[in-house]
Amino acid sequence: MSAETGLQAWLASRIESWRQVTPKLDALERSRNHTAAEATQAIELYRSLGRDLSIARRILPASRVTRALEHSYTKLHAIIYRKPHDFRARLRILFREEIPDVVHELRTAIFWVTLLFVLSAGAGWWLVSSYPELISLLASEEMINGVERGKLWTEGMLNVAPSSVISIGILSNNIAVSLMAFCVGVFFGLGTFYIVSTNGLMLGAMFAFTHQHGLSGELLKFVTAHGVVELSVICLAAAAGVMLGESLIRPTHPTRRESFQHAAGKTSRLLLLCALLLVGCGFIEGYLSPNPDFPMISRVIVGFGYGIVMLGALTGHLFGRSRQNRAPVSEA
Amino acid sequence: MAAPQVTLQSITGVDVELRIAGAGSRSYAFIIDWHIRFVVAFAWLIVASLLYAGRLSVFDGGESPWDRGYVVWVLLPMSVIYFGYHPILEMLMRGSTPGKRMAGVRIVTRTGDIPGPGALLLRNVFRLIDSMPFVYLVGLVAVVFTEQHVRIGDLAAGTLLIIDRDESERSFARIAPTRGLDPQAADLIHELLERWNDLDENTRVQLARTLIARVDKTVTTEELARWTPHALRTRMKQLLNPESAA
Repeated sequence: MSAETGLQAWLASRIESWRQVTPKLDALERSRNHTAAEATQAIELYRSLGRDLSIARRILPASRVTRALEHSYTKLHAIIYRKPHDFRARLRILFREEIPDVVHELRTAIFWVTLLFVLSAGAGWWLVSSYPELISLLASEEMINGVERGKLWTEGMLNVAPSSVISIGILSNNIAVSLMAFCVGVFFGLGTFYIVSTNGLMLGAMFAFTHQHGLSGELLKFVTAHGVVELSVICLAAAAGVMLGESLIRPTHPTRRESFQHAAGKTSRLLLLCALLLVGCGFIEGYLSPNPDFPMISRVIVGFGYGIVMLGALTGHLFGRSRQNRAPVSEA
Repeated sequence: MAAPQVTLQSITGVDVELRIAGAGSRSYAFIIDWHIRFVVAFAWLIVASLLYAGRLSVFDGGESPWDRGYVVWVLLPMSVIYFGYHPILEMLMRGSTPGKRMAGVRIVTRTGDIPGPGALLLRNVFRLIDSMPFVYLVGLVAVVFTEQHVRIGDLAAGTLLIIDRDESERSFARIAPTRGLDPQAADLIHELLERWNDLDENTRVQLARTLIARVDKTVTTEELARWTPHALRTRMKQLLNPESAA
């Protein structure tokens, strides 16, 4: 038998099974719950495709048939090696184990970022107290005029838009700020420092400005219910951003790319919790904070109560993490 | 310069080289996706506004510009369509989107596997940086200058964009063993017939004559030189399907 005849015979013997591969792969890809028999068939198909691909590469190099076999083989490889689909178990591990471990690892960064925020707020207070005209750099003319007339910009917010709309707007904005504080960590952490310090500076400046016009108590009343968690979450996201920057400055892996990827993958888990906490903040800020009917004491209770919920979530206890598991899992 | 590749390593010992997509394929896929999401979001705005308020906007007249129902039923879904398009579809379509599919590219991990939801979300979060300062300039610069043509989001998520054109069905369909015809030659004839209208006259005639001369020993070079392009094409089809010619 000549080589060409042998090739023809081989193609003739395989062609039908190849034609059935595409629908089989589609069926395997669609389903997430395979029986043991289906899994065995998939592995057998993988071996068989591997054999055919190996032969095709030798006798039909660079042909479209070989490329098509490569495509099917790659697709089946991805199907076989995809991770088991257990969404609930994944979430449980994420909130009970992974996020608390990340928080534990970030505790130093969280401390320094919070300190930077507090110092920036102090600087903002001092600057506007010493040079009141500087407020025009940080606040809009409308806000300044309002405060000078003895009216806080938060007054009457509920007359402009309903609480639900305010909440959605606020939570979207806060999530965007937190994500940005994290992402700009890629600029060796400098972007994160910039965002934290400008936010602190603005907060301090606004308090100083309202204090000059006897409205700082009103501003504190507005901020108390949502501010505890909101400001903490911004500091948490910023700490994650700092870790990104540090991974580039002091790589923990052989290359900066690997180090950055590792840090981003790890710290991004914390962002999910941050986003969820900010949703709560958004609703508090939309429904409770601008409503003058709520007295200060209720705002303090909500603010610090939500702060305790946040601590429970960050340590994993809110999701059933036991005290025995507190030590972070060391990586292999 | 050869296109960068990533190796998909298999326990069977048969590894596959996945070709990494460059800035062109990426941009092409993004432009298609951007148009799709813009059109769908805009269509939602128009249709939902008409259904909700009977006109295109509730912002006229004496009503509050922030009507709750309008925000919840019109603006919010529109924002979800526009901003959630990439993360949601990439998760549902296992690393692909309609635009990526049309451009023949797909997202994979650095080991060639389908990325998980966490990696896909992270990749999309970093669009905040990649889209800076405008029209994805940071991302584009990163794609052009990195060895594996990745943007910052891909670096963070450990993903790559690979070329993934599914030609399996067509390729398998056309390799029906033809008696007396070398499979490699059959593959080339199929390819030439497929690209017939895209090639200029001289090139396709030249290629057809070369291929026919190689596989059909009953035709002399002089005869081939006299055949019209139509005759050459017909002869190639006959070579692939001798039964239909009979």
